[in-house]
Amino acid sequence: MPEKPLLEFTDKGIYCAEGKFYIDPWKPVDDAVITHAHADHAYWGHKRYLAHHHSREVLLYRLGEINLQTVEYGEKVMKNGVEISLFPAGHVIGSAQIRVEYKGQMWVVSGDYKVEDDGVSAPFEPVRCHHFISECTFGMPVYQWKPQADIFNEVNNWWRYNVEHNLATVIVGYSLGKAQRILQNLDLSIGNVYTHGVIENTNEALRRNGIKLNPTIRITQETSKEEARKGIVLAPPSSVGTPWMRKFNPYSFGYCSGWMAIRGAKRRRAADRGFVLSDHADWDGLISAIDATGCECVYLTHGYTAQFTRYLNEIGFNAKEVHTLYGDDEGMTSVPEEEPDKHVAEKKEVTP
Amino acid sequence: MKNFAQLFLSLDETNKTNEKIKVLKDYFNTVPDTDKMHMLALFSGRRPKRQINSTLVRNWAIEASNIPAWLFEESYHVVGDLAETMSLLMPQNRGSSSKTLTEWIAEINNLSDKTEEEKKLWLMDSWAMLDSSERFVFNKLLTGSFRVGVSQSLVIKALSDITGIEPPVLTHRIMGSWMPENYTYEQLVQEQSPADDISRPYPFFLAYPIQETSEKQKSADELGMALGEPRDWQAEWKWDGIRSQLIKRNGEIFIWSRGEDLATEKFPELHPFLQALPDGTVLDGELLSFQNGLPMPFNVLQTRIGRKNLSRKILEESPVAVIAYDCLEHMGEDIRHKPQSERRQILEELQAATPFPDFFNISALIPFASWDELGRTREQSRAMIAEGIMLKRKSATYQVGRKRGDWWKWKIDPLSVDAVMIYAQKGHGRRADLYTDYTFAVWDGDKLVPFAKAYSGLTDAEINKVDYFVKRNTLEKFGPVRTVKPELVFEIGFEGINKSTRHKSGIALRFPRILRWRHDKPKEEADTIESLRALLGK
Repeated sequence: MPEKPLLEFTDKGIYCAEGKFYIDPWKPVDDAVITHAHADHAYWGHKRYLAHHHSREVLLYRLGEINLQTVEYGEKVMKNGVEISLFPAGHVIGSAQIRVEYKGQMWVVSGDYKVEDDGVSAPFEPVRCHHFISECTFGMPVYQWKPQADIFNEVNNWWRYNVEHNLATVIVGYSLGKAQRILQNLDLSIGNVYTHGVIENTNEALRRNGIKLNPTIRITQETSKEEARKGIVLAPPSSVGTPWMRKFNPYSFGYCSGWMAIRGAKRRRAADRGFVLSDHADWDGLISAIDATGCECVYLTHGYTAQFTRYLNEIGFNAKEVHTLYGDDEGMTSVPEEEPDKHVAEKKEVTP
Repeated sequence: MKNFAQLFLSLDETNKTNEKIKVLKDYFNTVPDTDKMHMLALFSGRRPKRQINSTLVRNWAIEASNIPAWLFEESYHVVGDLAETMSLLMPQNRGSSSKTLTEWIAEINNLSDKTEEEKKLWLMDSWAMLDSSERFVFNKLLTGSFRVGVSQSLVIKALSDITGIEPPVLTHRIMGSWMPENYTYEQLVQEQSPADDISRPYPFFLAYPIQETSEKQKSADELGMALGEPRDWQAEWKWDGIRSQLIKRNGEIFIWSRGEDLATEKFPELHPFLQALPDGTVLDGELLSFQNGLPMPFNVLQTRIGRKNLSRKILEESPVAVIAYDCLEHMGEDIRHKPQSERRQILEELQAATPFPDFFNISALIPFASWDELGRTREQSRAMIAEGIMLKRKSATYQVGRKRGDWWKWKIDPLSVDAVMIYAQKGHGRRADLYTDYTFAVWDGDKLVPFAKAYSGLTDAEINKVDYFVKRNTLEKFGPVRTVKPELVFEIGFEGINKSTRHKSGIALRFPRILRWRHDKPKEEADTIESLRALLGK
């Protein structure tokens, strides 16, 4: 009789029955361990939260007053006899893989991750385990990333060109993760960095958390368009095509995302420039990460799960496809842009 | 090739017309003249002959990519473009190449007498020396699906800026059957006369729609406000056939379709009438199938378009004839600058002189004294096997391309039914990796029978919603096709409906498209196959 698996997939999220806690649950539970602060992983409404130190301020900003315990990478937390520890996932600042250990059975939940060191998040660390629960957002071989130094070269050259031609430069990326990664890799000798309010709120939360970020200027009613034109504007995806963005006319707008690897996806976004920059592992990254765990079994949660699972099985892994609510099942609409204000508002309505 | 690949990248990198023109001019100013002509050929749909069949290219690409065939296919569905899929999947190039576009195309053309083995060797070597952006355009050349994100008019504009030659003149000069191997840049920019290339057609003048959607109905009053006096206009039926240009020069005849395909051999029944025309004549008109002297719906013509051999039965029972409506060249002279009324008179004289009146019809003028009266006449379009009415200003010259002002099409409202989406498939190009191609069904008793496919009509936001629905409501997968839970109802519009033995539903629609998403209708209230059949009689 095989022992009961330590982690199971339920309609509320990934559950550890022995430890009575969930990892990244999408319905309200008592104990939630959170891999990172993106909206599709950190939902509102749990009684207790456990996450990494660096997720603290962003979680509080996004979810309001929650009961939150934070820990360092490698630090051990016991819940009902089950040991929990966090390891860097390299996805965004404060993102973690969750290792769960009980009676010698070792499981790791990857959350979202990338294997390239972005110079901002703690770099991904492979963790040996028996069972690995992995994302595969970009689990197709057409997704192969270039080193980020190459991409930021393109970004900086584009920015320089725009400044020379008196065009405003608007660069779009998610407010948690992509925004900071861009900010820390821009060539600031070209000009200042101006931020959309949603991004600046996240930056401020991170700064409160002791994260050192390059200087930014929040865009307000008073911000001079002429000054902003000489710098670069960091904007979230939700601002694309809004009057807020059109104020910078004439401008060139660049979109940073892994989806930009495909011409059709790029054209659909109607961006002037698409920069192939992702906070998820690419095809080779996923396979090397899974291989490095030495796991007996890998479970694929979100992304191109069907295709990636089939391929892994063909090359000798024991892979299983599971259904979760993380990301999207395979498409462009995946990784929803987090809208923190909405979550705060929801909370206000519900709190007794 | 590096310049050509860069041209592609740069065109992709901007959505602004002026930037695109600048990029095109930079390209023209950098590359040798032969490359210019190859680029013009490719951008105007003249691609090199396919020398390696696409199955072989695909198989060798799978081998070069070192992945299983099924994963290659899945990747293709994600990317939505074969050339791009191949370029993304192959390993980094080892060498590099400084060959020009002209040299590459010459190499491709030289493959025709090579063995399969030699072709493979050449292809693998070529891939290994091209970087991924070069490989992408190279694969496009090879597989022949060369569609670019820039209109021909932009290319012409850029070329016009460089040469100082007016765009309409350039548009005319790049028409016809030339290939870059036999038409030089020097010839292109020189003075020319119609006799230089006796097969060359003129650019078609295209009408602007009076109403773009069926919801925005134009009343007769509004029409009068916009167009002025009825007496300044001539009205004709808008025929639903193949728009064509018919040429007789130096004793030779040519039939061109609107897509710039030379179709002379496809319509042998027209040859005697064309031969009988005076030399130096070019007619503009519509080709339609006729039966007992009356035009037939488009589907009759459609059944013979793809055929290599035309049976005697087809030629006898439903021969093709032209309904001519304009004359562009007369006695060897380009008369496009003459007013509509004068050209019409010349056309009428030519038609009166033909010994083959069964094949050379003339588009009758519809008499009308008021816009109201014309509006009522328009109601009879379907009975006339017409799509509506054409309005042409009597003083208008024959212009180049789709121009607002002098030619208008006033189409009848489409027929429509409410249907349930039952299958979905991913799109291509900018719709790659999104479910955008749908099959629709109507009720036959308690069963849903598919009757039409439609790709267009929804906004991007609606497409995202439907895509989201499809991904969460898939019942079965058949390769790229998903069977979807029948739930979403759409109003499907179409121009015509005909019996068909090739379709399960027994009917075939002309130009089906999505008119709107009927959020208000449950699937039970979608239309029935009987309601579609009832439309057949009309």
